[in-house]
Amino acid sequence: MKWEVVIGLEVHVQLSTVSKIFSGSSTAFGAEPNTQASVVELAFPGVLPVLNKAAVNKAIRLGLALNAHINRKNVFARKNYFYPDLPKGYQISQMDLPIVGPGTLTIQVGEEEKVIRVTRAHLEEDAGKSLHEDFHGATGIDLNRAGTPLLEVVSEPDMRSAEEAVAYARGLHTLVTWLGICDGNMQEGSFRVDANVSVRPFGQAEFGTRCEIKNLNSFRFLEAAINYEVERQIELIEDGGRVVQETRLYDPDRGETRSMRSKEDAHDYRYFPDPDLLPVVIPESEIEAVKADMPELPAAMKARFIADYGVSAYDGNLLTASRDIAGYFETLAKVSGQGKLAANWVNGELAAALNRDGLGIAQSPISAERLGGLIARIVDNTISSKIAKEVFEAMWQGSDSADAIIDAKGLRQITDSSAIEAIVDEVLAANQKSVEEFRAGKEKALNALVGQVMKASKGKANPAQAQDILKKKLGA
Amino acid sequence: MRGKYEIMINSTLKMLSGDLAAGKVSAEELAKQYLQRIDALNPQLNAFISLDHERTLAEARAADARRARGEAGVLTGVPLVHKDIFCQQGWKTSCGSRMLDNFVSPYDATVVERCAKAGLVTLGRANMDEFAMGSSNENSWYGAVKNPWDLTAIPGGSSGGSAAAVAARLAPVATATDTGGSIRQPASHCGVTGIKPTYGVVSRFGMVAFASSLDQGGPIAQTAEDCALMLNVMAGFDARDSTSLERAGEDYTRDLDQSLEGLRIGLPREYFAEGLSADVARVIDDAVAEFRKLGAEIVEISLPNTELSIPAYYVIAPAEASSNLSRFDGVRYGHRASEYRDLADMYEKSRAEGFGSEVKRRIMVGTYVLSHGYYDAYYLKAQKIRRLVSNDFQDAFRECDVILGPVAPTAAFNIGEKSGDQVQMYLSDIYTLSVNLAGLPGMSVPAGFDGQGRPVGLQIIGNYFAEAKMLNVAHRFQQVTDWHTRAPALSSD
Repeated sequence: MKWEVVIGLEVHVQLSTVSKIFSGSSTAFGAEPNTQASVVELAFPGVLPVLNKAAVNKAIRLGLALNAHINRKNVFARKNYFYPDLPKGYQISQMDLPIVGPGTLTIQVGEEEKVIRVTRAHLEEDAGKSLHEDFHGATGIDLNRAGTPLLEVVSEPDMRSAEEAVAYARGLHTLVTWLGICDGNMQEGSFRVDANVSVRPFGQAEFGTRCEIKNLNSFRFLEAAINYEVERQIELIEDGGRVVQETRLYDPDRGETRSMRSKEDAHDYRYFPDPDLLPVVIPESEIEAVKADMPELPAAMKARFIADYGVSAYDGNLLTASRDIAGYFETLAKVSGQGKLAANWVNGELAAALNRDGLGIAQSPISAERLGGLIARIVDNTISSKIAKEVFEAMWQGSDSADAIIDAKGLRQITDSSAIEAIVDEVLAANQKSVEEFRAGKEKALNALVGQVMKASKGKANPAQAQDILKKKLGA
Repeated sequence: MRGKYEIMINSTLKMLSGDLAAGKVSAEELAKQYLQRIDALNPQLNAFISLDHERTLAEARAADARRARGEAGVLTGVPLVHKDIFCQQGWKTSCGSRMLDNFVSPYDATVVERCAKAGLVTLGRANMDEFAMGSSNENSWYGAVKNPWDLTAIPGGSSGGSAAAVAARLAPVATATDTGGSIRQPASHCGVTGIKPTYGVVSRFGMVAFASSLDQGGPIAQTAEDCALMLNVMAGFDARDSTSLERAGEDYTRDLDQSLEGLRIGLPREYFAEGLSADVARVIDDAVAEFRKLGAEIVEISLPNTELSIPAYYVIAPAEASSNLSRFDGVRYGHRASEYRDLADMYEKSRAEGFGSEVKRRIMVGTYVLSHGYYDAYYLKAQKIRRLVSNDFQDAFRECDVILGPVAPTAAFNIGEKSGDQVQMYLSDIYTLSVNLAGLPGMSVPAGFDGQGRPVGLQIIGNYFAEAKMLNVAHRFQQVTDWHTRAPALSSD
């Protein structure tokens, strides 16, 4: 049987506010345990929450970027359950009236675009952390994270493969960092993904029973966890079993998902509107102010790159993965006047080098202007693309311009016909076998000869010229 | 500066303030005399949970120093009692519960902070029903409070310690809170004056929460004038409480002496129906006659959903309480069981040991009404009734300026009389609950006694922010009656 995969994601986006969502405590990561927890986070008797306006503002930003409805009146509710790192015994969240209503996010999978529907996004506070290591026979509680603002973004079950799910998660990650509402640091938990996964026979309208995989903190784990879970569910059903609705955890060491709790163990959270907080009423002027402050969004910029610089949709997507990348590309495209070439370099050589050295584009040792100098030399035939890679490597290691490196290393391309002719003559004399093969009709032998000319010229001969001269000499 | 100063048994805030300003007495001397009186009389009343003479006297000396610097305010040096529900730095804040018997607050409630800023001196911490749940003050981990007028009677609750302390003249004024009548009912039963302001007028920050949408702090004192002076200190916007109302400060004494000529007083038909004792009815009738003499016009009004306020209240208040009290889990502060197997066992044992039976009952009721499948039938329906009750009042205030009625169906009942029958206990809250559901201000003013010599209070209900008008009505009444000046005879007097 052919199976169709159905995936919906819930993403917890930690909002990069200076203070917590309901108190003035700092949200900075990595402080000594419990040094950033005031009486409010500690839930001392009598304390009250006061909403941080910056968190609301950031939620509106994302809502607008998702073309979503912003609920002018939204309500905080209490989600009641007991856990030591949840000091109040309830989490302040939003239930019936979230701040962000239905919207969409367009994702790019290969050369295809697909629209994923976003159901809602709601504001809530993060819990603290339970620390099980370092405490023998006891559990440590660190409440520094308690009260950190989260925006939980819930999608419709619109994704049909792990690849699409990753594309959606990446798209959302791009958007929240682009908007400056989240630092996007997945290792520190600033962007955490829960995946709801089910399978159904192709053509069946009803969804299969789903499992939720919690707390995936990298795109690689997200992809691996979904693929594992899909296989597990299909095998289970094909062996005559049934998928049980449950929450599962992904174990990256074993590469498998494990049951955490079944639906029967699910809490009754007893949601009700938080009487300590009045409904949040957002005036039109506030929304207008956020709108006026919005940067050009990645989708718009991608469309512009395609139209203005002639890049492909695929490249356009990569070039708008972050504001830094987009900015770098656009500077490079402008200084070099070469859109496509600029795109190839940013997504090719530069991306590989950054990745190799674990750097972000903002830390690139080669600025867009300096890289523009290299592209100019490719365009004017001073060097070949192959030599350009060598020059790029030298630029990466130091601070010299492309021209300085080309001159110092004598890498200037040989375009003097007589110089190339001399090399060609030597090559023809030394490779009689290839010459004969070519004359016997083996076209491929010409490529071998061109390769020999390039080798003899240490890569500096202009390959097109070399080929022309070869053909002429061979009488082809 | 002074010869021997004896606190007059009926010294009001107003008088003490004048004597302090005139240098007739120091704050320290005043505090010492009140502490002496407390030490002598409190053992039979049990109105206090905590006393700390050194701390009190240090506060008093600081008040004197402030006066010497010329920085005294109207109430600087005047002693007061805080209900044990307001967090106060350095004082145990138990809320009447074993759960918080070991809890010393690291911070001040806004009310406490404002009182300290005004220079009021803390005599001690008043006893109360556990977590403010109760109408008799029998639900305190520290034992029942006795009514100073009759030691076999309850003082009312939950602010029973505050009301008893003021009635017994152990303090000229006390802070209190009112979620369903907890200021008005004990004030009524103890023959003192108390006001619960409009919801949002007094900050709830630092006030241990019972039912957040109903809780409101206010003062209990001998007179309406003293309540006005205290409200000037307690009321005001607080950015730390999101339900605090952002409005300009007001002087609650400004209208005290206004004439009542032409004032329209509404008497709700439903407050004088079956269930009201003859004694209380008589006292209210007499009070109404006084108001007629003062020139007020009496109109009959109707609050048709009054009866529904009982079930609505006893759904909403426990629902909020069940969630508010979840933080008492033995993890960070408060009572933790000494032995437990695992986390769940620690929660269960700590809470089972730390909470009393009425608190547990309300947590269970509240948990039930919020549960999946019951929420709509209970909580949501109760919220709809709440709206109806509020609408009733708004309809009534089109026909009258203030509403008068009883505070409770009877004067104080005997200790132990209703403690076995919670439903009877809940039904006795009928005249006070709807005011909290609507968020309106309400007052209790001494208006007479029942056949057994137990005090009976008159309730005054105003529209939103009508505190100054209500205090005016009460003050004028107290100008022509002397009920508020009567004090109980206590044995060591």
